[in-house]
Amino acid sequence: MAVSVSSERDTVASPVQRAFREALYAGAISLGLFILFIGLKTDQNISNQLILAQRWGLLITVVVLTMLGRFFYIAYGQPFMANQKIADVATGLLPASVASRFFQLPAFIVAVVLAVILVAFSSALPALVGPDLAGYLQFLRALAVIYALACVIFYFRAFIHANFTKLGIAALVLYPILVVVVLSVYAWSIMGGLQGSLKWVDNYGIQILIYVMLAWGLNIVVGLAGLLDLGYVAFYAVGAYAYALLGSHYGLSFWILLPAAGAMAAFWGVLLGFPVLRLRGDYLAIVTLAFGEIIRLVLINWRDVTNGSAGVSGIPKVTFFGLMTFNSSDPNYIGKVLDIAQSSAYYKIFLYYLILALALLTAFVTTRLRRMPVGRAWEALREDEIACRSLGINTTTTKLTAFATGAMFGGFAGAFFAARQGFVSPESFVFLESAIILAIVVLGGMGSLVGIAVAALVMIGGTEALRELDFLKSIFGKDFTPELYRMLLFGMAMVIVMLWKPRGFVGSREPTAFLRERKAVSSSFTKEGHG
Amino acid sequence: MSANSMKDAILQVEHLSMKFGGLVAIGDLSFQAKRGEITALIGPNGAGKTTVFNCITGFYKPSEGMITLNGADGSSFLLERLPNHEIPARAKVARTFQNIRLFSGMTLLENLLVAQHNKLMKASGYTILGLFGIGGYRRASAESVELAKHWLEKADLVDRADDPAGDLPYGAQRRLEIARAMCTGPELLCLDEPAAGLNPKESAALNSLLMDIKSSTSILLIEHDMSVVMQISDHVVVLEYGRKISDGSPQSVRTDPRVIAAYLGVDDEEVETVLTEVGDEDVIEQLDIGPDSAHGPGTSSSYLAGPVSDTIGHSEGERVTVSKGASKAAQFDARVSAAPRKPTERATAKPAGKSPTSKPRGGRK
Ligand SMILES: Nc1ncnc2c1ncn2[C@@H]1O[C@H](COP(=O)(O)OP(=O)(O)OP(=O)(O)O)[C@@H](O)[C@H]1O
Ligand SMILES: [Mg+2]
Repeated sequence: MAVSVSSERDTVASPVQRAFREALYAGAISLGLFILFIGLKTDQNISNQLILAQRWGLLITVVVLTMLGRFFYIAYGQPFMANQKIADVATGLLPASVASRFFQLPAFIVAVVLAVILVAFSSALPALVGPDLAGYLQFLRALAVIYALACVIFYFRAFIHANFTKLGIAALVLYPILVVVVLSVYAWSIMGGLQGSLKWVDNYGIQILIYVMLAWGLNIVVGLAGLLDLGYVAFYAVGAYAYALLGSHYGLSFWILLPAAGAMAAFWGVLLGFPVLRLRGDYLAIVTLAFGEIIRLVLINWRDVTNGSAGVSGIPKVTFFGLMTFNSSDPNYIGKVLDIAQSSAYYKIFLYYLILALALLTAFVTTRLRRMPVGRAWEALREDEIACRSLGINTTTTKLTAFATGAMFGGFAGAFFAARQGFVSPESFVFLESAIILAIVVLGGMGSLVGIAVAALVMIGGTEALRELDFLKSIFGKDFTPELYRMLLFGMAMVIVMLWKPRGFVGSREPTAFLRERKAVSSSFTKEGHG
Repeated sequence: MSANSMKDAILQVEHLSMKFGGLVAIGDLSFQAKRGEITALIGPNGAGKTTVFNCITGFYKPSEGMITLNGADGSSFLLERLPNHEIPARAKVARTFQNIRLFSGMTLLENLLVAQHNKLMKASGYTILGLFGIGGYRRASAESVELAKHWLEKADLVDRADDPAGDLPYGAQRRLEIARAMCTGPELLCLDEPAAGLNPKESAALNSLLMDIKSSTSILLIEHDMSVVMQISDHVVVLEYGRKISDGSPQSVRTDPRVIAAYLGVDDEEVETVLTEVGDEDVIEQLDIGPDSAHGPGTSSSYLAGPVSDTIGHSEGERVTVSKGASKAAQFDARVSAAPRKPTERATAKPAGKSPTSKPRGGRK
């Protein structure tokens, strides 16, 4: 028979048998992996000696859980998914049939009612049911809200898909207003609303937008020109220190220093560009990595200017275009000028709109540049450098402009960062930052602005949200700190997304010009570039 | 050579040599390409044809020699002195690659727009004016789309203008690469095996496209497919092991015994037979038809030739030495002058991974 013998065994073996086998393999692998990580732990005894604590029980639990997981996945999960065709292979989206069974009107109503009740009684809950249960109920509330929102999004999916950019920008513009209104209603006072909005606007809004802007800047270098830059944070640092030093020593205004910081970062981009132009791929990545570290070490060691690792503090705040300030002691403090109560939220909301404007500027310039010869040359460079040269494109200047443009936006973001923090130190510009920004670009889909914004929302918003998961404490014990697991979850999310969508959230590419109709280019044709 | 013929030569290659370590890929090569003509460069695999192209288009700096390009406006450029990217931009020499190099993730239209980079760059005030919508960028951009459309129509690809280039079938990719090269507005177009891998119908379409281009642009052509070479070229230069062994009209080249010897490979026992056969029109006819385009090694060899990185980015350390005895044409020469029955070594250093050309013996009964 022509049928191969090896495949016969798979077809004969029932899912359960196969699952059993796979579970044994998974158990063996996890045992090998975890025996040193979990089975043994170094500890100190009373006389401060290093001892090995043995945790075989925990090890066995983990291994058994792994085996069970694998067993159930192979025996039931996989056949179920195959039956449902749960994930559409091409788009990675749920097909309508499963999704519409999941999002149903009765369930939606239950979720909304549940959310409303829990919100209404949220302050009374701990007293009623005890703090532990209240934590779980808060979690349930969050799930209900998420489910209700997902239902709404699912219902309007066609409309959202068609107008994603406009809706996204509108949502971003309205976000602080919405937060303040909702929280004011909730706290039953505008002052309380403003105070409560600090966390949402600052920790989430501004933080995420800074990363969106940085990732959009890096996208020019990595996503469009295909030059792998592992030291992007250096330009961020240049921008931040440019504003911090010039602003605090010479008292120059943010509005003058913002372009200056961008120009300075672009200058450094060109300086870095020159020596590394001939390098490609891995070599380029290593040199840019080194460049990032060099800048950081200079910041640490050039104490006379940068104040070393102690950092620069007392960085002046941004003014409202020179008309009003946000220092309550100034005569033209915004509260006094507009005759409103004093609050630190104004500054945060103003900063939010500032970084939103800067990020949108980055997006605007990027989309504009993509339709111009330089932008096309960047993408062509990513596709095939030799062909570029055969068409008379000066690859040297093309790469330099990519480096400089990307660096300039990094510089803008840096200046903003310094103004927002009021304090900068070399610690903010470690390699991990570069890695996170690059991860956002890769996760979002190289070259796609929307994908990158979503990736930043998920990665930065997600890791911020992990700080809030206090209910986990009631599961894992009081000294469990969710923040410590941020990086683990971060890595896991990366792996999952890369398995699910190897080219990032948005893998396809929008053509920059068309003759008859605009068709997205599938990711299977685009290249990542060789450096 | 009269002064007149010097004048209408668009490209003059003089005493060109290219050495890779110990390997002489091109040795003292001189030839001319005339304006308005199709000049074919042929030779067995590894003869150094692609290397000549890479020298002309600045991808390699020749070890010795001079390459002059005479522009239509009377300007002339020494190509070996120009930086790589200025050769298409200033000297107006465009090229295609033996293994197609398209921007596969970009649409056909975008491919052709990238080719007009320098023109558009100027029109957009080096991006700065264009970014703010000042200046003539909008008009220039519309014109460039028109030019792209013109060449898409010529290459019969206009229906697929908005598809990614990587999605095209092989033959269409070859035509697109030619269209892209033409969008740079060249005076000399260098084509490296444009007919490789095409079926007879596509090959015929290519011939007519090239004849069309010829009316405005001179062409330098590398081709293994003899039907293409004999039909459309005005002048043929034959290389073997980096040396020119014949130069002239297609008619004269096809009857040159040195060329036949180079293409067939000459064994000791066969040398007399070849000598007697070269006079025989039938046999020559048979040889000239060459490998048929569908399965002959002549065409398939270009598949075997490996990626261009093979030819462009060879490692420095690789040393191949070619002994004198390797050249079939030289063997032939030696036999004509000296005693015919001398034992000679067979080709010692064939470049690795390359197949010998044009059906050595199987083709001849
Ligand atoms: N960069 C390089 N480094 C070292 N050797 C090279 C390099 N490029 C080409 N060669 C060698 O030069 C010789 C001529 O190669 P070339 O590619 O020019 O042949 P060709 O005539 O184009 O052959 P084909 O018909 O197979 O395309 C070969 O022996 C090749 O191995
Ligand atoms: Mg070749």
